[in-house]
Amino acid sequence: MLDTTRDPAQFRKAIREWLSIACPEEMQGRESHDGFAESDICWGGKRFEFSSPAQKTWMDNAASQGMTVPTWPAEYGGAGLSREQQKIWIEELSAVGAKLPLQSFGIWMLGPALLAFGTEEQKKRFLPEIARGEIRWCQGYSEPGAGSDLANVQTKAEDMGDHWLINGQKIWTSYADQADWIFALVRTDRDAPKHKGISFMLIDMTTPGVTTKPIRLISGKSPFCETFFDNVKVPKEHGPGINAIVGEQNRGWDVAKHLLTHEREMIGSGSRGPLGGRSVGQILSSDSTLNDNPVLRAEAMKYEIDSMATGLTLDRYKDMAGAGVPIGNASSMLKYQGTELNKRGYELLMSLTGSDAAEWDSPHGELASEWLRTKANSIEGGTSEVMLDIIAKRVLELPYK
Amino acid sequence: MESLILNEDETMLRDAARGFLDASAPVTAFRKVRDDGTGFDRGMWREMAQMGWAGVLVPEANGGADMGHRAAGILAEEMGQTLVASPFISSAVIAATTLRAAASDRLAGIADGSTIYALAIDEGAKFNPKAVMMEATQSGNAFKLNGKKGFVAEGRAADRVLVLARTSGSAGDADGLTLFDLNTDRAGLTRDAIAAVDGRDYARMAFDNVDATGDDVVGEVGGGLAAIQTGLNAGQAAIAAELGGVSAGAFAMTASYLKERKQFDKLIGTFQSLQHRAAHLWAEIEVTASAIANAGRMLDADPANAAVAVSLAKARATDTAKLAVSEGVQMHGGIGMTDEFDMGFYMKRARVGAEWLGDYGYHAAIVAAARGF
Repeated sequence: MLDTTRDPAQFRKAIREWLSIACPEEMQGRESHDGFAESDICWGGKRFEFSSPAQKTWMDNAASQGMTVPTWPAEYGGAGLSREQQKIWIEELSAVGAKLPLQSFGIWMLGPALLAFGTEEQKKRFLPEIARGEIRWCQGYSEPGAGSDLANVQTKAEDMGDHWLINGQKIWTSYADQADWIFALVRTDRDAPKHKGISFMLIDMTTPGVTTKPIRLISGKSPFCETFFDNVKVPKEHGPGINAIVGEQNRGWDVAKHLLTHEREMIGSGSRGPLGGRSVGQILSSDSTLNDNPVLRAEAMKYEIDSMATGLTLDRYKDMAGAGVPIGNASSMLKYQGTELNKRGYELLMSLTGSDAAEWDSPHGELASEWLRTKANSIEGGTSEVMLDIIAKRVLELPYK
Repeated sequence: MESLILNEDETMLRDAARGFLDASAPVTAFRKVRDDGTGFDRGMWREMAQMGWAGVLVPEANGGADMGHRAAGILAEEMGQTLVASPFISSAVIAATTLRAAASDRLAGIADGSTIYALAIDEGAKFNPKAVMMEATQSGNAFKLNGKKGFVAEGRAADRVLVLARTSGSAGDADGLTLFDLNTDRAGLTRDAIAAVDGRDYARMAFDNVDATGDDVVGEVGGGLAAIQTGLNAGQAAIAAELGGVSAGAFAMTASYLKERKQFDKLIGTFQSLQHRAAHLWAEIEVTASAIANAGRMLDADPANAAVAVSLAKARATDTAKLAVSEGVQMHGGIGMTDEFDMGFYMKRARVGAEWLGDYGYHAAIVAAARGF
């Protein structure tokens, strides 16, 4: 049993010992791999194919101790860790080169939404199965006509007495074709002002009328789908007392806004470390042609400085959050700086690796594909321009009119 | 290491400093210093010394407050916000840190503000300690110093000066430099005032057969770079913090102007082109603030290994201050170009601060070397 004692040194020791038992050897030492392999991520869910039996063992062992969702309360499948303990956990994980045992939109997005806005019945029904990696969730926010203007969602939910009748289309739903459930923004009141008629609804993807279609991206990959709802009947309750709507009906925008703030912090911080673990300095000094190129050198120097300072800013904001200082709309700054920096870093990597990186399968891994993928960083979760709008209006309080 | 946010004592220090400076040293006070050509206000410096600022890095046994480098950074940042001119960095940070390492008995004078120190390294237009050529010819325990130093901050007012001179080797060698601690009224030492754009106290110093002895040497003969290293790092972190304050001060002026100035019958702050530029600038200031806080923390926790953190802070602070003052003038429009308005003071201080103790490229090279290239 994992000892989650309060003393940091004891906790670190306990984590270290537990890791040596719970994390299969095969799942350690993976951070040192060149680049970043999407196949290394354990997403869980009914349709997920584990890359190895060890991957499943690691997930199950962690879940049994609440360590797939370490900061959630124990009664919902977590380990109730403090922020400080969470930091130690991540440090110890990376010390042995292990990936997180489970990652998912359920953990990142729906869990925090339910913890903040859900009823006890909703939490008990949905959180433990996320923690155990049994159900994989996807996020249904954007629509063809609702991108930056997210509150313009038109997917309609009609009140049919005992159920909602859903019609409409979502786009950019990450991994919808592999998800079991979707949390979606739907319009439950067409007459209200646009922010006031939206509800945050939980829908089983196996319900008749739900279909998905992957979108092929410039990177050659298809992480996103279109999701269609054609006369989909969603029961008002997913079991006794378990409302299909999270938070109040027609107040789904509050839930969505809360989650977006959360998402921005996350995108800004990046889950895989800068540049997928690649070192600009190492690449630059490996080739004298590069090293003698003053423009590339200057760009690389400036990138390193900005990258380190941005990393320290994430640390500083974590320290703030840990001390109970509300971050609020400043998360837009973290998202803006983190994503713009990441795009710059990948542009630099592409220049440094030259024609090698122009090949889909290069000595630097799937660098070209990753580089192309970064172009979405400053679009998804709110564009850089929307982030600057939020900073200007909400943080700096510049006038509307 | 301590968290990157302010602890309770530091928050109190910042609030107290801000309260004092807003009341006693607003930008109008600097304007008077500039107009009078005094370089800084000695009365003000005495008041700061009484509050313990001059002794911020001096041990309590020598009459100091011994609050550490993060605290010194907080004070420097607050002084940057209202453009306070003072010998704080030269004397209370660089000299105090350097002489503390050498266990000098002159620390008490620094702490009570009675002794003002300057630092004389530069001989060319760019900061480069290794390039020092000024000769210190040794015979037995005696030295004769001959040569010139330029752009010595607080060089006019200084009672004493830390001088880096060459006892062996040639320009470019890291070895062979020796650090001297000299009184400025020593025979053969002459000073010429420099009128600099930021309106502060600078001097050129000429050394014509200035006599020194082994007692004047700080650290080892030939080991001058080592003797000054931590003091320099402390000074670089402090000027970075001051530039952080300069950025914040210029930004605050600009943000308020966007909320009051009307053109085309609208507040100019409603224009998205200006909103985005202001938001970007604020985001840059936030990132730089983290690097500044980290440099102070590293100097307190592990001074021997703080050089990269300090260079990171100085590089970022230089870059951000340049952006803050350029955007400040541009967003103010014509009034930003007038001497009557304060924005120009911020711009001129940011320029000198960018050069002093190493420019962006100097510090970027140190970071790059640490990052493997």
